[in-house]
Amino acid sequence: MNALLTLPIMIPLLGAAACLAIPQRLVAQRVVALVALGAATAVAIALAVLVDRDGPASVALGGWNPLVGVALVADRLASLVLVVALVMLSAVAVYAIGQRARSGNSPFYYPAYLGLSAGVSGAFLAGDLFNLFVFFEVLLMASYVLMTLEGTNAQIRSGTTYVVLNVVESTVLLAAVGLVYAATGTVNFAELPERLAELPDSTRTALNLLLLLAFGLKAAVFPLFFWLPDSYPSAASPVTAVFAGLLTKIGVYAMIRTETLLFPGDERNLLLVVAGATMLVGAVGAIAHKEMKRILSFHIVSQIGYLVLGIAIGTEAALAATVFYLVHHIPVKTSLFLVEGIVEDEAGTSDIDRISGLARVSGPLAVLFLIPALSLAGIPPFSGFVAKLGIIRSGIEGGAVWYAAIGLLASVLTLVSMTKIWVGAFWGPADTEPKRPLTNRRLMTGATTVVVAVTLAVAAFAGPLFELAQRAAQTLHDPAAYIQAVRGS
Amino acid sequence: MSVALVIAIGGLAAAGAFLIMNRSLTRIVLGVGLLANAVNLLILVAGGPAGEPPILGSDGRGDPLPQAFVLTAIVIGLAITSFLLALAWRSWTIDGNDEVEDDLEDRLIARRRASATRASELRAAQEAAALQDGGVEQTEGTR
Repeated sequence: MNALLTLPIMIPLLGAAACLAIPQRLVAQRVVALVALGAATAVAIALAVLVDRDGPASVALGGWNPLVGVALVADRLASLVLVVALVMLSAVAVYAIGQRARSGNSPFYYPAYLGLSAGVSGAFLAGDLFNLFVFFEVLLMASYVLMTLEGTNAQIRSGTTYVVLNVVESTVLLAAVGLVYAATGTVNFAELPERLAELPDSTRTALNLLLLLAFGLKAAVFPLFFWLPDSYPSAASPVTAVFAGLLTKIGVYAMIRTETLLFPGDERNLLLVVAGATMLVGAVGAIAHKEMKRILSFHIVSQIGYLVLGIAIGTEAALAATVFYLVHHIPVKTSLFLVEGIVEDEAGTSDIDRISGLARVSGPLAVLFLIPALSLAGIPPFSGFVAKLGIIRSGIEGGAVWYAAIGLLASVLTLVSMTKIWVGAFWGPADTEPKRPLTNRRLMTGATTVVVAVTLAVAAFAGPLFELAQRAAQTLHDPAAYIQAVRGS
Repeated sequence: MSVALVIAIGGLAAAGAFLIMNRSLTRIVLGVGLLANAVNLLILVAGGPAGEPPILGSDGRGDPLPQAFVLTAIVIGLAITSFLLALAWRSWTIDGNDEVEDDLEDRLIARRRASATRASELRAAQEAAALQDGGVEQTEGTR
């Protein structure tokens, strides 16, 4: 079973190499990419089932002592998020084939995309801080390429901001890793908890803050979010969908990892304030904008606030809600951007002042937008309702009543800006003769429908999923099993 | 840990941070290089005193792990620097300079806000004028 751990990283990497070897054959590249992502998804599902049954799994690469060498670890959280991420990556790969955007025709699209997938898998499975940094770099490098692949002026401009910001983030993270090593003599997740516990409080807090700064930049929390609504909209829509769905969430994942494993029980008042501000600023920013991609990008920021709120509350119930929120949020956000991609493809713009009547042009497209939009705002019976309910309830129980109230307010504001998109783009008289935007784009629609179906499945199976999230939170809350798995491998 | 190294780290980081805040991409690339090297030195310092062979040697032996970290970080830094240079080159071929421009959408929103303030100021002025006129008319009416 432990050999399975390497496959979600190795398969996409081998696929990327294979794609690079056949730059002229775009069709073959697509086949390779789909096969690689499908295989990686299958492995991830098997891994998640096994980990849920047998507890955390770990493998020491190259046979080194796992405390010194490179260890990969999968606990319930990692394997669950890995499955969701790889399903999204596969669906968006299909969508990108359907879109045949210019970036989709570049021979470097699929190598970069598969590299991104490998980096994402690796970041979820990394068993020590340094390899977390390395896999961050792998996925960031791939994301730089994807972001600027078309090389237009707008992409270069926003790509530069994106790259420089992320380089700063990487530098902060690397410095944090170096300082953690200087203070404790290890970077391994299994050994760090006890070594960090021996440190004086001030040192611990400083290290914690540095790590939070790095991951907060990555996750786009207030006040480090400004780069996100600027850079994401300029990439091709499948790329934006993947970035929106996954990349910021990896920052959140790293935060969950470090806060629960390395600094359990520390005061998290700062995180609470950051979470409240992030929720509000994201929701208010979304109201100010008039372009679908921008509005949705601000929603990412706002949603990150809820996740951070769950981490900041830090009780087992809050962690369970955070894990569930993560699982709900990734497909919802991805599907919204996929729908936005179809709209932009059809109307030639995503400015809600310049499009109208899409619901008349295509009813199914409107439904595909409406479901994740309502889910994101937290309207029952969709998955967002269960996720938000979990976070807000644990907030009230955990003594963060005001922050729970801010969460509710941000929810209403999210609904307001979603209504703005709905009224602007979908209602009203149709500009053009009713066309068939969906039947002309079978692959794009199919992929979007699958992702929307995943969000509905999250709502339909909310019970079992929430129980799984609770089991994951148990492992997070009591990391003995995690530590044991790493030491024993 | 030698004071000279610490000063070097601080100097590199300060210069790097200063350069990154420039608008010119070429300067940003240089700043990124300086910052990366500051962090590399920091990790090297974290590994303990220098001068001994990394694994052999008895008491004052150096730690091989930070050196492995730094090697990895150098490779990553190389990749990032070359990518940034490619970006700068592309920016140069598109519009003849390597300045990082403002976000147009941000400017639009800022302009909207500015024009909104101007409009409300105008309205306030008109209302004040109307009030004055009204006052004048009223006084005329009472006459």
